[in-house]
Amino acid sequence: MKFGVVIFPGSNCDYDTYWVLKEALAQDTRFLWHKDHHLPPIDCLILPGGFSYGDYLRSGAIARFSPLMQEVREFAERGGLILGICNGFQILLELGLLPGVMLRNKNLKFLCQFVHLRINNNQTPFSHKGKKGQVLRIPIAHYEGNYYAPPETLAEIKRNNQIVFQYSTPEGELTPEANINGALENIAGLVNKQGNVLGMMPHPERAAESILGSEDGRLIFESIISWLA
Amino acid sequence: MIDAKILEEHNLTEEEYQRLVHLIGREPNLTELGIFSLMWSEHCSYKSSKIHLQKLPTTGPHVIQGPGENAGIVDLGDDLAAVFKIESHNHPSFIEPYQGAATGVGGILRDIFTMGARPIALLDSLRFGPLDHPKNKVIMEGVVSGISGYGNSIGVPTVGGEVYFHPCYSLNPLVNVFCLGIAQKDKIFYARAGQAGNPVLYVGAKTGRDGIHGATMASAEFDENLEKKRPNVQVGDPFKEKLLLEACLEAMHKGLIVGIQDMGAAGLTCSTTEMAAKSGTGIEINLDLVPQREEGMTPYEIMLSESQERMLLVTTPDKVNQVREIFAKWDLDAIVIGQVIEGGLLKVWFKGELVVDVPVEAVVNLCPVYHRPWKEPSDRQAKTLTTLPPCPSDWERIFLQLLSSPTIGDKEWVFRQYDHMVQVNTAFLPGADAAVLRIKGTQRALAITLDGNSSFCYFNPREGGKIALAEACRNLACVGAQPLGVTNCLNFGNPEKPEIMWEFKEVVEGLAEACRFFNLPITGGNVSFYNETEGNPILPTPVIGVVGIINDVRKAARPGFKNKGDIIYLVGPLSEELGASLYLREIMGQDVGPTPQLDLNMEYNVQEFCRQAINQELLQSAHDVSEGGLAVSLAESCFHSPQYLGFKGEIPAGIRADVFLFGEGQSRLVVSISPQNEAAILELAAQKKVPLLKLGLVQEEKMEIWQGTESLISLPVKQVYQAWKSAIPSFFKIS
Repeated sequence: MKFGVVIFPGSNCDYDTYWVLKEALAQDTRFLWHKDHHLPPIDCLILPGGFSYGDYLRSGAIARFSPLMQEVREFAERGGLILGICNGFQILLELGLLPGVMLRNKNLKFLCQFVHLRINNNQTPFSHKGKKGQVLRIPIAHYEGNYYAPPETLAEIKRNNQIVFQYSTPEGELTPEANINGALENIAGLVNKQGNVLGMMPHPERAAESILGSEDGRLIFESIISWLA
Repeated sequence: MIDAKILEEHNLTEEEYQRLVHLIGREPNLTELGIFSLMWSEHCSYKSSKIHLQKLPTTGPHVIQGPGENAGIVDLGDDLAAVFKIESHNHPSFIEPYQGAATGVGGILRDIFTMGARPIALLDSLRFGPLDHPKNKVIMEGVVSGISGYGNSIGVPTVGGEVYFHPCYSLNPLVNVFCLGIAQKDKIFYARAGQAGNPVLYVGAKTGRDGIHGATMASAEFDENLEKKRPNVQVGDPFKEKLLLEACLEAMHKGLIVGIQDMGAAGLTCSTTEMAAKSGTGIEINLDLVPQREEGMTPYEIMLSESQERMLLVTTPDKVNQVREIFAKWDLDAIVIGQVIEGGLLKVWFKGELVVDVPVEAVVNLCPVYHRPWKEPSDRQAKTLTTLPPCPSDWERIFLQLLSSPTIGDKEWVFRQYDHMVQVNTAFLPGADAAVLRIKGTQRALAITLDGNSSFCYFNPREGGKIALAEACRNLACVGAQPLGVTNCLNFGNPEKPEIMWEFKEVVEGLAEACRFFNLPITGGNVSFYNETEGNPILPTPVIGVVGIINDVRKAARPGFKNKGDIIYLVGPLSEELGASLYLREIMGQDVGPTPQLDLNMEYNVQEFCRQAINQELLQSAHDVSEGGLAVSLAESCFHSPQYLGFKGEIPAGIRADVFLFGEGQSRLVVSISPQNEAAILELAAQKKVPLLKLGLVQEEKMEIWQGTESLISLPVKQVYQAWKSAIPSFFKIS
């Protein structure tokens, strides 16, 4: 199977994601340039973390106008797998491929630290190698990760079982203290209704090698690989 | 037309002006005067420090590039090189904390990628006044967000450093920023103009009026008019710099660059003249072609602007189009603004007129060098501890108070605002003795630390200079790293005062002695003088950055106790020194010396012992004894374990408990070992002639310290952890 990692101006986790897929997981992986008009044949597309266009207007707001994004929409409609990590999640929201918006973290500061994530839905291409209720230790690094959606949208998200990951205690409890950035329903990761597009604030690529302190992020990449196999 | 008032505004003395006139053979015009004033400022010329800096060793087996370029370079093997440097951004950070710190990060990053290296790590040494003063809190919040705002966006992790509090930094905060990048050894770039006829290209952000006189500002004391200096601080744009970084590295990788220099302090002036001077050529530019952000800028303003995110690069005529294409890909302009010429002159054209015509050699290399007078201050002898204060008995209160001192307390409030994990190399999280970054594709890792104890340097600058280097190397030893190279940022008061000059000279000589002893070269750095406000100087503050290598990162000792039942040893001499300690200053209210003595041989042995023990996988943990002494080092060793491990330790009879627990004697470590390795550790220590003292055992839940049958401290780990954890957040409303 083939992975493509999109580079926007200001992406800064593009190389990290590429490194993990290519070196740690030995996958056929290529970079995709945001100005391109054609998507090469790939099975999974990744929108990496970073500060696309400096995040100056609003995170992800300018990146959605990149030429490649039209192709990305069509890829999603065809059922292609898309994983948006951190800034990639914000871009998916701006593209309208996922519902809701991001607000600033509740403490109004950038937060970089390991957090615990409870798997709420293990029936997706991105989480099926995990168990429902399983807790993963993966870092976050963001200023705007406080997920919000209006009540009717949230009701639909829940009806469709779209919440994949939630901030939790190490034991898997969804407490307010564990809800690091103040996200609605502790939401850390969300799929679209069809289940082929995942946005998540935590960085699985930063937890994919033991030398970096956790390998829990591999579960997400390995789920994708086994889904596509 | 140049009168005394204009000279004063340019921080030039009458003698310096006469020298200038003599060198160019006529009176300069205002733009030319501006150019000389910048390049002859203390910040750019090192005119007061040069004669002393020459005492530092700068060569060694691993050195590829010593001082004199944008950054120093050491060989890492495997065709890789580490490019690194530290710089101060103290003055701008005081005036405008957010932008001052942010542009400090931007500036040091450019120094690194200018040489062809991809920056992989940032560290900062930050020094503030006490947090109970609101102004200091505002400065700290601004500085931390500025570093976070710039470093996070550009995607270079801030992996470590230090945060230190002392009243002397109240109106003189220090922001020293370190950056390290990795380059291919055969793809290193220098600030060279090459041959006559080479086109000179301007790339990056447009030029505005910001930052004019930044370098001269950093070369003078502040007075009550400092608010007026705010327009001198530049504004950073990390997104622009990220594009510049990618475009420059791509152009370098494709072999399109002859030479390159960033426009940092002294902007276009410094980059044009330095590149020409290094190639023995001249350079000619047309200011009408320089992209400008504002209307009606004068040649003086364009030449002196310190607008950020700009670079000057030299290529060959046949490669201009390829360079332009790469920059266009990154949405950046690359504009030919001039060319390299024969004859050694800087010629600047503006609207058809030649507005600058001066020899680059005079601008860059013929600044006066000062042998400033120095004199030992008379007040230091009186500030020596003659008799010990009465011995206290409320040990638990003192212990908790020390751990909740912001200098010692947890720095997570700071570090979690920095992206310290991007680039997926961060093997040790911030808070360890040194930052550890794996080198991708190898088993090796880089270890980096910043260190410098200003109290030690105040009471004994020579010993303090030695200790700064020794302690930084000791931090590396604690993670199992071998030091390779050193960069230094020397922060002092006004060098025109003989007492300050004495402090400077003594620190440099101490540092030089220690460098020679450890056979470690200084590969570059920065001197920041004039850290005084309203006549009050900072304590002498050398910040030493040491870069080392770990051959097998899997063996590196991770911080903190690991298992109940492990044996705890104090490695190093039994010190009975209490002078210059944080305990005396903050608990006993006695800000007095003497600075502890450093025995270089003992220091070397302790470090060798630690490195070898880690290499042989005999240690569970190793941690330096520094601020707060042994007791703090023991407590900190508990805070890295998620399961709240504590310890039970016993201190020798017949020694004053505070001296033993809180003294800051040198060359000491706290280590923990598995019982089965005890014999091997004792043997290694004997072989290395290193004293060991068994302190006790790692246990669960409680920290206990006994002296004979008397319990001095017996506290739940959670309670001590809370005191340490809340040391900084307790000063801020929203943590």
